[in-house]
Amino acid sequence: MTQDVIIIGGGLHGSSTAYQLAARGRRPLVIERNHVARHASGASAGGVRRLRRHRAELPLAMESLALWRRLPELLGDDCGFSPCGHLLLAETEADLAWTVERAATTRSLGYDFEEPIDRAEVKRLVPAVSDAVIGGIIARDDGFGNPLLTTAAFRRRAESLGARYLERTEVLGIERDAAGWTVATTAGRFAAPSLVNCAGGWGERIAAMLGETMPVRMKAATMTVTARVPRFLGPVIGHVRKKLSLKQMQNGTVVIGGGYEGRADMEAGESDVLYAGLPGNMKPVVDAFPHLARVPIVRNWTGLEGNTPDAIPYIGPSPNDPTLVHSFGYSGHGFQLGPICGVIVADLVMHGATPLPIGAFQPDRFATAGTLQWGAKEGTAVEEQKAV
Amino acid sequence: MTDRPDLAIVGAGPAGLAAATEAATRGLSVTLLDERAAPGGIVYHAVTRSPLGGSAVLDADYCRGAGLVEAFRSSGATYCPGASVWAVDRDGSIGVTVDGQARWLRPRRVLLATGCMERSLPFPGWTLPGVMTAGAGQILLKDSGAIPDGPVVLAGTGPLLLLVAVQYLRAGARIAAVADLTPPGAWQRGLPQLAGALGCLPLLRKGLSMMAELRRSDVRRIPGVTGLRAIGTDRLEAVEVRQGARAERIPAGVLLVHAGVVPNIVLTRMLRLPHRWDPRQRCWRPDADAFGATALDAVAVAGDGARILGAEAAIHAGRLAALDAAHRLGVLDRAERDRHAAPEQAAIERHAGLRSLLDAMYPPPDALTFLDADTTICRCEDITAADIRAAIADGCRDPNQVKAVTRCAMGPCQGRQCGQTLARIVADATGQTEEDVMPPRARPPLRRLTIGDLAALETE
Repeated sequence: MTQDVIIIGGGLHGSSTAYQLAARGRRPLVIERNHVARHASGASAGGVRRLRRHRAELPLAMESLALWRRLPELLGDDCGFSPCGHLLLAETEADLAWTVERAATTRSLGYDFEEPIDRAEVKRLVPAVSDAVIGGIIARDDGFGNPLLTTAAFRRRAESLGARYLERTEVLGIERDAAGWTVATTAGRFAAPSLVNCAGGWGERIAAMLGETMPVRMKAATMTVTARVPRFLGPVIGHVRKKLSLKQMQNGTVVIGGGYEGRADMEAGESDVLYAGLPGNMKPVVDAFPHLARVPIVRNWTGLEGNTPDAIPYIGPSPNDPTLVHSFGYSGHGFQLGPICGVIVADLVMHGATPLPIGAFQPDRFATAGTLQWGAKEGTAVEEQKAV
Repeated sequence: MTDRPDLAIVGAGPAGLAAATEAATRGLSVTLLDERAAPGGIVYHAVTRSPLGGSAVLDADYCRGAGLVEAFRSSGATYCPGASVWAVDRDGSIGVTVDGQARWLRPRRVLLATGCMERSLPFPGWTLPGVMTAGAGQILLKDSGAIPDGPVVLAGTGPLLLLVAVQYLRAGARIAAVADLTPPGAWQRGLPQLAGALGCLPLLRKGLSMMAELRRSDVRRIPGVTGLRAIGTDRLEAVEVRQGARAERIPAGVLLVHAGVVPNIVLTRMLRLPHRWDPRQRCWRPDADAFGATALDAVAVAGDGARILGAEAAIHAGRLAALDAAHRLGVLDRAERDRHAAPEQAAIERHAGLRSLLDAMYPPPDALTFLDADTTICRCEDITAADIRAAIADGCRDPNQVKAVTRCAMGPCQGRQCGQTLARIVADATGQTEEDVMPPRARPPLRRLTIGDLAALETE
């Protein structure tokens, strides 16, 4: 059997794309350098969040949430999705003012899911929170999913519909001729009329093979998981101003993120925890939930993820060739977008267009000399997206 | 304790003690971090305070550890007991908790002397209370002189099993049987290696005399054991021993199991050092040169954690690593380093000769031989061999994937216990050799570290 689309990268976005294409009768071949969900898709904290998202991503995030709710029906697997809400804590008057302003901005764009709440409501939702918290902003329908289960479920369904996966297969070169694309790999050569670049942190390298400039910086975000503790948290917790992210899983463990950087080793495809930087990661946790100070850390880990200069992804057809579609550089917040971006890329491959607004994600936005400027706070999606 | 010593050493066993002594004598500032309350590591555990010290139960080799500790104490090295090392970075810095406070040390170099651990050999019932490793049984003896009341069965292979059997015998334990997992023909296998081992004549003699002592006693020895099962409801009641088709139940209160030792590679794996498969010792060990230098500039390894050669060789290896540290830190030129290294290297060669003999006589068992589908592999997360095989049948092809899917090796021991067995099962189920499949990645923290500890971590 031959393929009619080659997808480079078997993470969540590659697998979601493979599923959508296979569901519409195409025969995608997914080429994965390592194993499925090895990097960002496996190391993700699993946030299914619209709250404080970049304005350009909001229309996609709204559609994606609708798909998250339908995953049991589409994939036969709920992917661990728990719509427990996302809550950002406010501790100062300035924090509170920001919540009001943010909700107003989002409402002016036509969305009403962000809701400023007062101290009493925060306490009602999260009784364990410190008295220093005076309010917050919540998206009650956001939540989190299980990254490994989610990618595996997309892959499984894609395969059952005829998609093929080649793991431990590295792309060595890509050629274009009149018939389409030929991808030379460590497992042989494969040809197809369409090509999709879902290579995540390695997306820049794949683009470079195609003569396209799409800068990505590899980052290693640090995660912390604790021992099991009695249930004290419903919603996923963040902070208006501080780099804070924590959630309590079904089994009682607490998963803490926040975007603290480890050491990324792109050549080895590995990364390391850098403890010297982590006191700042834990202080806001203890400030918000003093009782967590005594809880042991079971594991710290880091995962590699590709960040773009403006911390929003590249999504769209190549300006040079409509049979080539890029979808990578999700900059640490691509998990929620996984379901919808598969739809968008499948639309682009099959029809050359998508009804959703993707202008901000143009693949060539940093291609021209002089346009490349890494954001002052690039990669810290939290700060970046506050500016919306 | 200074946060920036020239050399930090992790582990106060024979390699760590000898390295600290040598390095301090050469003028380096040395901090020796050790988890235990007293120096000596596992092999010289409690050597300075054991109630049995100097008695006939624990022999002169054990008591020699006291001299090593003595030399260390007068060397000027800083000794830091009760220190839990929970992370080591590739730049040589160390996360350690001492007296309840987490600290981040930045030594100029670090030497990992974390020693060996007993090979994990899962078999049906091995998680029952009353079943422990022979090494754990020996620690109880060294600590308090305690021996169990009920009948003891020892099962396994290798010199430590023999040593513990003899020590229990001398201490007055009731040994119901010694079930020998060594394949028949040990001496025939060993004969070609005998000449090379003669450099360690005293240790050879000691081994032979222990064998004779066991033979003279009325302890029952069951040779050629091919299967093992611990039986009991809440705790061990009997041990089922199989020789081919023949099975026998032996009532027992305690089962001590030993299948040889392997380097403890959790830290070196966490550091992403290159490791190589040692087919004779059937284990992974970090790649290191004759001085213990690794692929990372600031990190060296010494002793059984680098390569299993035994306690005496570890002393020499520790000195070699210290000489190299002194050289790299500019207090000893290369010629001097090499001059002092020569006798240490020669001694290690002698021990390598003995080890070849022991490896030939006591080939490590294949983990697959002794477990069945329901046997627990990962004790932390309660994962069975069948769970692992199911994940592989579902498409997992390497131990890291199995870990992510099943949680095998994800518990507090970070895969120290089950990592190699997991890799063995993956190799078997995917048609690869043991050499092809590394144990899964290990993640920090390696020891207890709370959110509050990390929030208050002093990094300078």
